Amino acid sequence: MPPKSQMSEYSVLSLLREGLTGHTGWPRAWRDPAPKAEYDTVIIGGGGHGLATAYYLAKNHGITDVAVLEKGWLGGGNVGRNTTIVRSNYMIPGNTEFYEFSLKLWEGLSQDLNYNVMVSQRGQLNLVNGQAQLDAAARRGNVMRANGIDAELLTPAAVRRRVPFLDFSPAARFPIYGALYQPRAGTVRHDAVAWGFARGADRRGVDLIQNCEVTGFRIERGRVTGVETTRGTIGARRVGLAVAGSSGQVAALAGLRLPIESHVLQAFVTEPLKPLLDYVIGFGAAHFYISQSDKGGLVYGGDLDGYNSYAQRGNLPLIEEVASAAASLMPCVSRLRQVREWGGIMDMSMDGSPIIAATPVDGLYLNAGWCYGGFKATPASGWCFAHTIATGRPHELNARFALDRFRAGAHIDEKGAGPTPNAH
Amino acid sequence: MLILHCPFCGPRDHSEFLYGGDARRTRPAPDDADGARWHDYVFLRDNPRGTHVEHWQHIHGCRAWLTVTRDTVTHEILAVTAARPAAAAGDGR
Repeated sequence: MPPKSQMSEYSVLSLLREGLTGHTGWPRAWRDPAPKAEYDTVIIGGGGHGLATAYYLAKNHGITDVAVLEKGWLGGGNVGRNTTIVRSNYMIPGNTEFYEFSLKLWEGLSQDLNYNVMVSQRGQLNLVNGQAQLDAAARRGNVMRANGIDAELLTPAAVRRRVPFLDFSPAARFPIYGALYQPRAGTVRHDAVAWGFARGADRRGVDLIQNCEVTGFRIERGRVTGVETTRGTIGARRVGLAVAGSSGQVAALAGLRLPIESHVLQAFVTEPLKPLLDYVIGFGAAHFYISQSDKGGLVYGGDLDGYNSYAQRGNLPLIEEVASAAASLMPCVSRLRQVREWGGIMDMSMDGSPIIAATPVDGLYLNAGWCYGGFKATPASGWCFAHTIATGRPHELNARFALDRFRAGAHIDEKGAGPTPNAH
Repeated sequence: MLILHCPFCGPRDHSEFLYGGDARRTRPAPDDADGARWHDYVFLRDNPRGTHVEHWQHIHGCRAWLTVTRDTVTHEILAVTAARPAAAAGDGR
């Protein structure tokens, strides 16, 4: 068990006490243990999904003899590189109920973790820029409502009341026909998600081990028995892989070849502004999404750069394309300065949907293939992956996210793009 | 911007090209009835970190399919050749 000081709860009372004493008494949020020789379960990857998995292994299943192995530092990968949007507007069976479960977990997560992850359900407007798109949005909204998910089809006037600065003129290049609105969608402070799950897992006895790269697997007669790392061999009865972006690389160490390509996705932020954008907006005429951070910067993103990449930085043509989409959607941003851009490596799967499943190696489980959708899925992914590892069987919510679904023809292709990873 | 040296058109921005993915996959024979081989061909990828041999089509140029060797970490272009052996040999008909 961790020392008592690390078990302290965050509360209004503790905040008042520390405020009056110069904030000198806060204990560190999690320990920095050396790895033990052996654990019941090892999770590879100290990002959002790996940390959430460790948290729910401890909380839901009472499995606390767990180590999370992280090559760099906690939350240094995609959990801190996304555009922080959470939503559940999916239409294909498998995705619909999974992402809605995730949104429900987000709604109670700060209380559950005793850590403010700043869930802001500001609502998402998915704009509709054509008649066919309006029909598709109505259908998607109906599927959502039939599954108990909030969705409203807004008229152009209703969109205008919410976001009057869009181009509603008759001469607009992309006329606005309406929007599919999900009031419960929004944003979450992404670094806090990594830190909150890390602290929650640590408080339940999980060892979080940083600067520990996995370099190989120990596999005996088809069963995993541990991992080789830069900090020595660590035995394990079960191993969970949650390293999206590098899934193919790490899985190859166990002899697996995956239905995944790695691609770079960029994200951008402008100089800070006074409050302008009260919603998350998804553009209908281009792949573009934007919201305003609490600090005031507009945070936005678009398509992949489009070619296989492990470089966590993108290229200029895509920056230009995304900036032009921003100016098409919101002409008022055209003179803003873009102050930062960065890239994250996406596991692009062959149908655009994730994998949370057992692998052909006994005791080795895979959480991968998140494409663009990884951040919003974080709590549900951890919940379902923990269930799969603890029981050896998928949770009903991830039963369709099987690794062998491509062999079985049971694809979950939300976009209908086929096995063309850069098109999802 | 990546600069691809098209063997027919010379150095061009990569935005003139369409990405075609891994060029090292081998398509099974059309009459191959083995589902596992088709599955591996259609869905699995080596997805290497480092040197990657891939297809690009010069859609805003000569429209030829090219085989490009590129590093997936540095994005350095190591080689560009025509994808069709006949075209690579100079007989581009």
